Amino acid sequence: MPEFAVELRNVSKRFPGPSGEEVVAVNHVTMQIRDGEFFSMLGPSGCGKTTSLRMIAGFEMPTNGEVFIHDRPMGQTPPYRRPVNTVFQNYALFPHMAIGENVAFGLEMKGVPRAEIGPRVKQALEMVRLPGYEKRRPKQLSGGQQQRVALARALVNRPEVLLLDEPLGALDLKLRKEMQLELKTLQREVGITFIYVTHDQEEALTMSDRIAVMSQGVVRQVGAAAEIYEEPNSRFVADFIGETNFIDGTVRAVNGGEVEFEVGGLTIIAHAPAGVTHGQKATLAVRPERIRLTPARPADTVNAFAGEVRESIYLGTDTRYFVQLAPTVSVRVRQQNVVPVGMPALEGPTGVQVWASWTSDSAQVLVE
Amino acid sequence: MTETARRGSRWQLGGLLAPGAGWLLLFFNLPLVIVLFISFVERGRAGSIKWPPVFTLENYIDFFDALYLGIFANSVRIAFIVTAICLLFGYPLAYFISQRHPRWRDALLLLVMIPFWTNFLVRTYALKQVLGAEGLINSLLIGAGLIPGPLDLLFNEFAVIVGLVYGYLPFAVLPMYASIEKFDFALMEAASDLGANQARAFLRVMLPMTLPGVIAAFVLTFVPVVGAFITPDIMGGGKVEMIATLINRQFGVARNWPFGSAISLVLMLLVLIGVIAQFRFGGEERRTL
Repeated sequence: MPEFAVELRNVSKRFPGPSGEEVVAVNHVTMQIRDGEFFSMLGPSGCGKTTSLRMIAGFEMPTNGEVFIHDRPMGQTPPYRRPVNTVFQNYALFPHMAIGENVAFGLEMKGVPRAEIGPRVKQALEMVRLPGYEKRRPKQLSGGQQQRVALARALVNRPEVLLLDEPLGALDLKLRKEMQLELKTLQREVGITFIYVTHDQEEALTMSDRIAVMSQGVVRQVGAAAEIYEEPNSRFVADFIGETNFIDGTVRAVNGGEVEFEVGGLTIIAHAPAGVTHGQKATLAVRPERIRLTPARPADTVNAFAGEVRESIYLGTDTRYFVQLAPTVSVRVRQQNVVPVGMPALEGPTGVQVWASWTSDSAQVLVE
Repeated sequence: MTETARRGSRWQLGGLLAPGAGWLLLFFNLPLVIVLFISFVERGRAGSIKWPPVFTLENYIDFFDALYLGIFANSVRIAFIVTAICLLFGYPLAYFISQRHPRWRDALLLLVMIPFWTNFLVRTYALKQVLGAEGLINSLLIGAGLIPGPLDLLFNEFAVIVGLVYGYLPFAVLPMYASIEKFDFALMEAASDLGANQARAFLRVMLPMTLPGVIAAFVLTFVPVVGAFITPDIMGGGKVEMIATLINRQFGVARNWPFGSAISLVLMLLVLIGVIAQFRFGGEERRTL
């Protein structure tokens, strides 16, 4: 078995725009999706994720480059000859067919013998927890149920790769969260490579083995959820995934993987990528939940700064603070409410003096 | 609501309905009853009917003559051919228009409808000029040296079919357009994704889903075509007999009002059966959607 289920080699897609100009939807993208993994393409709308998916499905053909599925170049192969199936955003169930007919459609097109179709349809519907729904019509089903039928209709064909185009977008939040876990479980059970397109970072983090963060037709970073969250390689990725404090300053000293970063009279020890040089302008990224607030200076931390609480917002599970560390430097802090009412020292409105601290590996220098 | 108010609104409703209902009663239902009556009496000597009337079934029995049944069958056959051509030409056209940018769509639909703004009789005479021995088509072909002499394009069944297709194509395009325009083309992608090539995706998904429009187009074309008079009369030049030309002859030269009335009612019955069947079938279709 080849290592990669799907490979995009230097793939570009250009469309004629509405007023004659060319729109580059996907710009020289190279991506390798491993066999059997749950891979997400994540990015804001217009980042090229859906176009990339549609090129794998065969609905769009690349302007340049080549798409490979299990090492076979796809060229101009039409969708109906590709070993992939798609779950569409609005399900795209055939309204004039019963659920059973919908699920059987792909098998019929492939010429699977009649005697085999019935049992396979039954099995597929059981897999998505809709046993006995064969005779119902799509309109009689709820959104979540229709979504499951769409899954069954695709998976019954045993595709080499399953493509999912924001399949949970139309569902309400609670159902979406349920379906996320269900999808992940299903993927492990069937062992098929899933390529999932979404603009919802939480969704991508929840389900994916690996995530490709895209923007403006380019892949910004590919990696496991933790990798992308902990070590974003650019300001865009750090900003798009979760919440981050960005502090613009200057690199003062470089010691291997760590640097001294200076801003507004503060010196911060932080992690930095290779190639950062002395005197370089850069951005420091610190996650709000990595900053600890204490009434007194903590003994064990390299980065500890006195500050003043400007605002605090109670959010139930945690509380958010805006802390001023220097005249030009302020940070957002998120602290979990593990004790009933926040930190006693921080009660009261604003103006409380605190110490904000974080470890050197919680701060990341970004040059891009 | 008080009793007086209700009675008042009833009077208002009556007032609004009366003109239309009265018009239909006087100029549609009453003549129909007269036609029904005439179809069951003996003809008079100088046209019209025998007075006092003598009731008979003769007019209907006469109709089951090979000659008249042949004309009837011919009309139905021509109507089927014309309707089939209208559907085959109209569907791709409706599809094409539905795929245009909204800005162009309205303009294209307008182009389909523009012929309605000209009198049908005038349009038919114009078409006659195009097909004639010295008409546009023959002149061009002879001028290009493709044919030695003019083709017989006029006063035959071909001319009648061309004329009817020309006249009724918009009736086929518009209902099919309405259906195709509502069709979700993501379903074609879904079908393609599931292994259906374009032909199978069309036959299994798009055609069944746009069938209500096709059926409506069929009825809207077939019904007027089977009873068409002007086109077979002008384009056929008296050589192509259809039901309507036969009826016309009974009230004209043949001076046989009772027989003409009987044929009219048989035609009406046929169309009625067709329309009811369509509603039944179309209704079924809508239920399953």
